[in-house]
Amino acid sequence: MAEPLLRLEGIGKSFGPVTVLEGITLDIAQGEVLGVLGENGAGKSTLLKIISGIYTPSTGRILIDGQPFAALDPIGARRLGIAMIPQEFNLVASLKVYENVFLGQELRRGGFLDHARMREQTRKLLDSLEVHLDPNQTIERLSVAQKQMVEVARVLVNDARIVILDEPTTVLTSHETAVLFRVVKALVARGVTVLFISHKLKEVRELCDRLLILRDGQLVEHCAVAGMNEEAMARKMVGRELSRIFPDKPEAPVTRGTPALEVRGLCLTNVLHDIDFAVHRGEVLGLAGLVGAGRTEIAETLMGLRRRSAGEILVDGEPVAFTSPRQAHARGLAYLSEDRQGKGLQLSFNVMQNVTDLSLARYVRGLIRHGQERRRAEEYQARLSIKAAHLTAPVGLLSGGNQQKVYFAKLLDIEPEILLLDEPTRGIDISAKQQIYRLIRELTAQGKAVVVISSELEEIIGLADRTLVIRQGRVAATLEGDDINEECIMLYAAGAWEAGTEPATAHEPSQGARP
Amino acid sequence: MSPLSQRTTPLAQRFRNLPISGAILAPLLALIVLFVISSLASEYFLNTRNLSNVLRQVSYTGIIAIGMTFVIIAGGIDLSVGSMLALVGVVVLYVLNTITDPFQAVILAMLAALVGGALLGLFNGLLVTRGRIAAFVVTLATMSIFRSLALYFTDAAEVSTRNPLFQGVGGGFVLGLPIPVWTFFALAVVSHVVLFHTAYGRHVCAVGANAQVARYSGIRVERVVLSTFLIAGVCVGLSAIMLTSRLNSVSPSDAGYFFELDAIAAVVIGGTALSGGRGTVWGTVIGALILGIINNMLNLTGVSPYLQGLVKGAVILLAVLLQYKRAP
Ligand SMILES: Nc1ncnc2c1ncn2[C@@H]1O[C@H](COP(=O)(O)OP(=O)(O)OP(=O)(O)O)[C@@H](O)[C@H]1O
Ligand SMILES: [Mg+2]
Repeated sequence: MAEPLLRLEGIGKSFGPVTVLEGITLDIAQGEVLGVLGENGAGKSTLLKIISGIYTPSTGRILIDGQPFAALDPIGARRLGIAMIPQEFNLVASLKVYENVFLGQELRRGGFLDHARMREQTRKLLDSLEVHLDPNQTIERLSVAQKQMVEVARVLVNDARIVILDEPTTVLTSHETAVLFRVVKALVARGVTVLFISHKLKEVRELCDRLLILRDGQLVEHCAVAGMNEEAMARKMVGRELSRIFPDKPEAPVTRGTPALEVRGLCLTNVLHDIDFAVHRGEVLGLAGLVGAGRTEIAETLMGLRRRSAGEILVDGEPVAFTSPRQAHARGLAYLSEDRQGKGLQLSFNVMQNVTDLSLARYVRGLIRHGQERRRAEEYQARLSIKAAHLTAPVGLLSGGNQQKVYFAKLLDIEPEILLLDEPTRGIDISAKQQIYRLIRELTAQGKAVVVISSELEEIIGLADRTLVIRQGRVAATLEGDDINEECIMLYAAGAWEAGTEPATAHEPSQGARP
Repeated sequence: MSPLSQRTTPLAQRFRNLPISGAILAPLLALIVLFVISSLASEYFLNTRNLSNVLRQVSYTGIIAIGMTFVIIAGGIDLSVGSMLALVGVVVLYVLNTITDPFQAVILAMLAALVGGALLGLFNGLLVTRGRIAAFVVTLATMSIFRSLALYFTDAAEVSTRNPLFQGVGGGFVLGLPIPVWTFFALAVVSHVVLFHTAYGRHVCAVGANAQVARYSGIRVERVVLSTFLIAGVCVGLSAIMLTSRLNSVSPSDAGYFFELDAIAAVVIGGTALSGGRGTVWGTVIGALILGIINNMLNLTGVSPYLQGLVKGAVILLAVLLQYKRAP
């Protein structure tokens, strides 16, 4: 075998007394696509951050083209052709799209910035990614999916030899994911090496040549992907047999009586048009659609975060007019945002403080009862298996998946009656996903109503009793039973079918038992 | 927490159980070191009268610094506190000199100081929240406005009072300690409890850490920001009572001069992040004490008054540098 492009020798990393990685030794060849798998907190992001020079390894060394690098820094790494899309966005919110794409590598003409050329190149890059986005937009106005595509464009700008993708698809719908994969495959064809972290095993199987599986910071498997199915990957990853991912749906979902939440003719200027739907207690309603279809906006309007321009919202049959999430919480609504770091968690707060962020009033008898807060956080830690060294450590230091679990705990702690979950399993590993799905079913079994917004079709198919397909701010279709399948959802979401005009084909039953 | 603080030593463990958090360990150690150095550098330092004087001096800016702590943790800043002190002081003296009954005059003057401070703080807060102007800009402007008003109302002349009772407020002693010192410490205890043991305090931190997340969590962000400016204003009122009653007068041009910088310095030395989101009241108290002791030591050892600013500045830089190193 030829000299490997990248060689890791006994890489280890500790933060204080906490060892996160240990003795990782591995060769990566040029043009290889390496999938990195592991449960939340296994050390995947940490390993890739070491390769891209963000962290310095505590032990071991990295060789690139046979050349050892003891202390790689981000700038040095970029000079060597290593580019990374981090798990959490790393964009300057107040700057424009093109400024972010060229941040730190601005094009100049004479001594001045060449705005025109940067804008033009950004436009080309975005076009190649099939993202229709004005390079002059500021980042803060973009949806998370758009931000993600900007991150992708940023990597494409420099001619990288090694491209690192840390869960790039968690916020993308299947369409954008397909585009991204096409771009990645084109890169690989040019001889670029790709390191790819994902909790979506199907993607890993589709894209990757080889597989690296980490468990508790140790390398447990480094093998070819060929011949491995998703079950085998999952088994290797969690170290035990996994049963079915999705719990059974109830035989006959209750759709009679007063709905827990009903929306009539909801409008939001220029975004939502005439949205009608109802969710009953004991039911999971899926909201499917392409990115930008307006699903997040529906949830935010329900929570009183956006002012609706028309329409009615009824909770348990009573009209409500929330002007702040606080009122919505009081009526039993709770919203899990897709933007965990921007809207969900206080990263500098510790686990306890985040868990009680919404429910703090319950812990106050004159003064906050810190002991009770701690006990509650410990309960959630056990129940959701949150991996955290200390409950007093800032949540920002937890791995992405564990942050998501803390966010979930924060919601659960106000015992909501109606849950609006926007990408609830974003960045969560497969066994934790299974746990979350069970939890959602437990909640509906207790008579709560759940709305799941998800870009993962499998999740919608496996979980939802009924599904609304949203397209350009309108309800394109309401699907039930076996009609909730990939084909139907995609065709309605893309606008190929209009409600009522679809051909009456019998769809093969697709139960969500797929792993 | 930083990697440092994860290495839990028994000592740190014991500190964690105290109401004092690990975060103020560094400023506390600095204070102790400074105290020891000062007592070695000058024989007068440990003199009870000297110490009581240092504490008194510290309490005027310390009280303001506590209010400033709330503002800064919530992500703002208040540059107007010094000018506000002068303006409130002028109001206090006006009330004292218009009411004839001395006892009534003192009570009403004190009330006027607290209400006046609250209103001026509210003014700042409304401009920040309703006017959507950056706190730095708002209070930079009101710093100029308040001072100018104080000068205008008094024709830039010192105002004094003959009220026989007033001086007893700021000049009096209880159990051997000046009343301003008691006020300062009592305020610190109350503020600490509010900041760390009430939902309100948690909300102040949340708003400063990430206002967007706070909004999504149903916290009334604007109301919280507004309230911190109000608290700062009340603290200024309290400080104005202590200061004017001690002197029985107010000088509109000198009162509170540079107090905003001392207050901010105390907050920063105490380990509160200027970017907001986290901080401690005890840190601020320690920061104020450090500044006071440095001032005193420089006076006692006869260092040129022109160099005192240099030392103060160096201490601020050192404190921030150490904190920056500590952050992960
Ligand atoms: N700067 C840090 N300080 C302390 N601990 C850290 C730090 N960064 C990561 N960790 C810890 O290291 C462990 C591994 O984190 P890492 O982010 O690599 O996990 P991951 O495999 O990417 O997980 P996920 O799938 O959830 O993203 C976690 O337990 C995390 O809490
Ligand atoms: Mg990760």
